[in-house]
Amino acid sequence: MSFGQIPYDVAHLLGGAVLLLSFVLLYQRRINAVINAFATQGALLAAAALWQGWVQDATGLYLTALIAFAAKAVLIPLALRAVVRRFDLHRTVETALGIGPSMIAGVALVGLAIMVVLPVTAGARALAREDLALALSVVLLGMLMMITRRNAITQVVGLLSLENGLILAAVGVTGMPLVVELSTAALVLMVAIIAGIFAFEIRERFDSLDIGFLERHRGERR
Amino acid sequence: MPLPWVLVFFHWAGALLLAAIPQLRAAVLANLAVSAGGFLLALFLLGYPEGEQGWTRLDALNLPLILLAALVGLTTSAFSAATLHHEGFDHWRIRAYHTAFQGFMGAQALALLADNLGIMWVAIEIATLATVTMVAVHRTPEAIEAAWKFFILCGVGIALALFGTIVLYLAAQPLLHENGLSWAALRRVAAQCDPGVLNLAFVFLLVGYGTKAGLVPLHSWLPDAHAEGPTPISAVLSGLLLNAALHAVLRAKAVVGAHPATVAAGPFLMALGLASLLLAGFALWRRHDARRFFGWSSIEQMGLAAFAFGIGGAAANLAGLLQMAGHSLIKSAIFFGVGQAAQIKGSQKIADIGGLVASHPALGWGLALAIGGIAGLPPFLVFAAEFRLVTIAAEAVPALLLPLGLGLVVAVAALVTTLQALCFGDPTRDAAPRAASAAALAPLWLHLAVALWLGLAMPAPLAALLAEAARIVG
Repeated sequence: MSFGQIPYDVAHLLGGAVLLLSFVLLYQRRINAVINAFATQGALLAAAALWQGWVQDATGLYLTALIAFAAKAVLIPLALRAVVRRFDLHRTVETALGIGPSMIAGVALVGLAIMVVLPVTAGARALAREDLALALSVVLLGMLMMITRRNAITQVVGLLSLENGLILAAVGVTGMPLVVELSTAALVLMVAIIAGIFAFEIRERFDSLDIGFLERHRGERR
Repeated sequence: MPLPWVLVFFHWAGALLLAAIPQLRAAVLANLAVSAGGFLLALFLLGYPEGEQGWTRLDALNLPLILLAALVGLTTSAFSAATLHHEGFDHWRIRAYHTAFQGFMGAQALALLADNLGIMWVAIEIATLATVTMVAVHRTPEAIEAAWKFFILCGVGIALALFGTIVLYLAAQPLLHENGLSWAALRRVAAQCDPGVLNLAFVFLLVGYGTKAGLVPLHSWLPDAHAEGPTPISAVLSGLLLNAALHAVLRAKAVVGAHPATVAAGPFLMALGLASLLLAGFALWRRHDARRFFGWSSIEQMGLAAFAFGIGGAAANLAGLLQMAGHSLIKSAIFFGVGQAAQIKGSQKIADIGGLVASHPALGWGLALAIGGIAGLPPFLVFAAEFRLVTIAAEAVPALLLPLGLGLVVAVAALVTTLQALCFGDPTRDAAPRAASAAALAPLWLHLAVALWLGLAMPAPLAALLAEAARIVG
């Protein structure tokens, strides 16, 4: 399987689209738009898993795709919207680093991911290694989003988007044991629930979801 | 079902049961009973044949750690049963706390016993989520801040570890067909894998699990998490979670080290270990909160263990394993003592706790001996570990002896200063004047006795087991 063949090209296209959505997440200025972009990324991830399931003839991946779609494209975005409505958060996203510098840093991270992954995996199949480079880029962009956003909701979206990158990596490797993907999907739900509970707590205690307030409560400054 | 799974599911079934018990008295006793059952099952593992059983494996490396974990889990439950009424929990928190505690116990046992690296990852993630809820249980601003930091930092760390696991599978995938994430199978075929991919996997696994083990520079969640939540949480965080994470790093090191052409893992571990030791050694001088202080001391101890494993070879690995075991036993004893003192004094600031030996002799002397033990003073187990480590380091890496010695001396001096502040001098005012309860002191003294026994006269079968474990790490 190489460039110019349909299975390879479509897998690449979907992986690339997931990465593109990571960039879209980086330049959103409104919380609702961030949630929409995250839901789209979840749907694309599900499509990527579905495609890999068909190409690799691995029925287990269909289940992964279903869970990814249900959790990341439907349930978590709905829950996040409910939090935004409940707390009346229709405001702009507070950034610690401007949009322009974030995008430049993002491009640099993608370059870094490609330069790290491609040379060392020269022996592996082309699809697996390029998928891995895409997945690592999504992981790094998720981290960048967590670093550059000051709001608890956008930080959690960054963490979940980072986990999208992990699932992308897992589905791209032929024969990855199903149990890993299944449990990852289940754990993502748990992570989201716990994060949601925290969001309520932080809001209740500090009357804001800006985690900058948390800094004042460092243990040593009491 | 193989016995390792029975152990894991016993704790998890206990967690479900405890979710249904709202009364404090009944819940703490049920929790103690589940932990005691887990301890008995762990003892049965001693007679269980070594080797793989599907997704789990039992070998010389995880057997001592699982026994230690079961013992610390049992004593922590006993301490928790004796002191939990001071926390003022409502019935929801009683349920949440006990469910999370047994959920954590099952998950960390699975993390140690798993042969499949994917299962190991899942287990460590479950253990993390369970401890996050326990750290946040008081819902004060400080607890929320500590739990959020713990959640986000370890969330990223654990994600990187999963990425490393996937890359490791990618390396072995052409050679393995079924059960591709089995540690034993990976280790068998590692010598034929692509060394570049193995290197990449190791870097991610080291950074990912290293975050959980509290190695610098990804340590900053650790002191905060240790300072919040009920004290028994600090005891299991330090005594069990850090060991489970370091054990995962060791498994990764054993796989990658099986290929002759990979980048040597040792220098990475030595660098992280030394950085942890030095940073924590100096940071110890600036702490005012007793539980944060001992959280930092855990970073220092984990750094020493990582340094020992970095030197590599059977003798240094043995020192590292002894360090892990000694740290688990004595650090949880310290948290039992500090928790008890903080409840009597109504504050966990070092300045508010003083002169314990004069006012509460059994507590004060126990805490003093435990802090001396963790500082590496003879005759406890940590002394045996650190003595071995320094002699081996002098021979193997003489150039690093100076920073190692500097870190040790700075940390020991800080520990002794705090020992004097907490235990000797004039007693400070008690918020709730009462004697320390015997039930809460028993776990502390039991840990000291075990650490003393293992430090002075380690039983021959256990010594043989640890020596074999040291060979497995490679």
